[in-house]
Amino acid sequence: MRLRLPFDTQIDAPSRFPTGIRQVIARPPIPGLKLAFIVLNVIGLGLNVAIGFVVASGALDDEWYDFRDLGLAVGQLREGLDDRFDPAVSYVVTMLIGGVGILSLIGVILILLPWVERRLLARFQVRRGPNRVGPFGLLQPLADAFKLMQKETVVPRGADRFIYFLPPVLVFIPLMLVWGVVPWAPNMTYVDTNVGVLYLIAVGSLSTLAIFLAGWSSNNHYALLGAMRTVAMMISYEIPLSISLLAVVLLARSMQLSEIVAWQADHHAWFAFLMPFGLFTFFFSSTAELNRTPNDIAEAESEIVAGFHTEYSGMKAGLYLAVELGHAVATGAFVSTLFLGGWSMFGLEQWVPPYVILGVKIGLIYFVLVWLRSTLPRFRLDQLMAFAWKFLIPLSIIYVLVVAVEASIFARWDVPGLIPLAAYAVFNTALAWVLVRRWSGLMGYHPGSEPLRPVMATGVGGLRAARQLRGEA
Amino acid sequence: MESLGIIAGFWLLAGVTIGASLAVFAVRNLLHAVVFLILAFVGMAGLFITLSADFLAVAQLLIYAGAISVLLVFAVMLTPLANRDNSNSLYVLPGGAFALAFATIIAFVAIEVDWHQLRGDALGARSFSTTVAEVGSALLGPHVLAFEIASVLLLAALVGAIVLVHEDETGEAA
Repeated sequence: MRLRLPFDTQIDAPSRFPTGIRQVIARPPIPGLKLAFIVLNVIGLGLNVAIGFVVASGALDDEWYDFRDLGLAVGQLREGLDDRFDPAVSYVVTMLIGGVGILSLIGVILILLPWVERRLLARFQVRRGPNRVGPFGLLQPLADAFKLMQKETVVPRGADRFIYFLPPVLVFIPLMLVWGVVPWAPNMTYVDTNVGVLYLIAVGSLSTLAIFLAGWSSNNHYALLGAMRTVAMMISYEIPLSISLLAVVLLARSMQLSEIVAWQADHHAWFAFLMPFGLFTFFFSSTAELNRTPNDIAEAESEIVAGFHTEYSGMKAGLYLAVELGHAVATGAFVSTLFLGGWSMFGLEQWVPPYVILGVKIGLIYFVLVWLRSTLPRFRLDQLMAFAWKFLIPLSIIYVLVVAVEASIFARWDVPGLIPLAAYAVFNTALAWVLVRRWSGLMGYHPGSEPLRPVMATGVGGLRAARQLRGEA
Repeated sequence: MESLGIIAGFWLLAGVTIGASLAVFAVRNLLHAVVFLILAFVGMAGLFITLSADFLAVAQLLIYAGAISVLLVFAVMLTPLANRDNSNSLYVLPGGAFALAFATIIAFVAIEVDWHQLRGDALGARSFSTTVAEVGSALLGPHVLAFEIASVLLLAALVGAIVLVHEDETGEAA
């Protein structure tokens, strides 16, 4: 039985391969490719084993060439510069390194992400997604960018020009700023402020203003309506966001993001297990802040034209779309950092570079965001606001109260850390379950008594009217 | 505090803040004035950072640039009969007098008070610990009365807002 390797040039390759790979398989044979493939793989394996031995022997710890933590190299560079030059020089150099790093990260994300999102959405919707523009459609985001750049930006007559040109720029600023506080490795945080969590909330609230100015300056009733609805939604969801972050800060006893990740690494407990309702609140409120489905009533693509960015065309609209995409990844970074342990993975971080682990987690959260986008229908604005004010905020406040008591017990009780934390995990999960069921019952939603067959809710009043129509009480 | 970076940062931020504040009453349109006021708030946050007051800087961004600015834009928008062209009016006279008095007081305080100024080694020896913990302890310690009164005031404001907006239920709630 002959081994079929993927580079064998059989034209009759099995048709379960998609078109692209079939074409790759069916190309004419290149001499020596098989041998080169095997040799390269053996070399790679040998390299991995060698790196594993070096890491295990501890020769890499705390040296500047420790590739697992690039902050060590930067720290040594900074000390070297401090010895020789004015302290301002080391400050400027590290500022440039970090700034260029973040900007290139955002650039790479904005080039790759539209492709990932559209292919993934297509996969969920049983179709293919862009596959024409380059190999596997990889140049699609560039094509989109070029298209938007060469479009004429039509400025509406009567638009306030100063305020009209400002919001696309203004909305990009929080996107760049929030990437500064993400801890990539134990020593690798660009701006390691003591108030990292508060910084997140503050910088995130700047985009509200940009959206409002965009809607107002467009001289368009519908843009203004869309902007007002968006602002109402965003400021409503900032409250459960902040309260769930407060629960995290109470248990970690610090607002510094690297401290929060270090807490999760030291105690081998992620906040996602300790406070699952906090994770849900933060995640859902973030989708509302991002204006992403299921909360994208702001720029609902089929409903209110395009909401606050109706009158923006060309690269201005492109900036809004880019910011939404970039912010989704930034949200993934924060959910991973605050609730999923950041760069820590129960000990894996001494073998695999921590920033790779964080990158994988960010990708997972982004996958969940696209999954939600492709499967859930959109919530109405009044449903969204009711959910925020009547459901998330009271439950978050109760949750914070409970977590505050738990945190004070944890600070005073001298027991090996995992026992109270396991108890907290179990108790918080049970509490979340009970609270959600009881509170939604109070709000009028009884899942046990709802019919399993779908009922057309034709009247205003939704399910209540439908029940009356059917003749039930 | 004598390094080039801090000095450059201070002058840049001070210039931005003062320029934005001057532009608030110099521009022709009221909404442009609000936008420049927001820039002044952000400049103030930067000045707080040069003074190592990290919590105050972020709180300034969160409260002023994040919330109060939205409130200002709403206020400007929802008064349709107001004069939105930021033109001169007779309010300039009492406003100017008040500003002059205020500036005199501030100048007097800035020049005549004996500030504890640290330089050089004494400055290097002083540890600028995190201000969040200290502000928190101060709020729950010596200033707890102000904290409690502020929370009651906020509750009153919230209830008042709901009462103002509440309509009589004449039909089915949507």
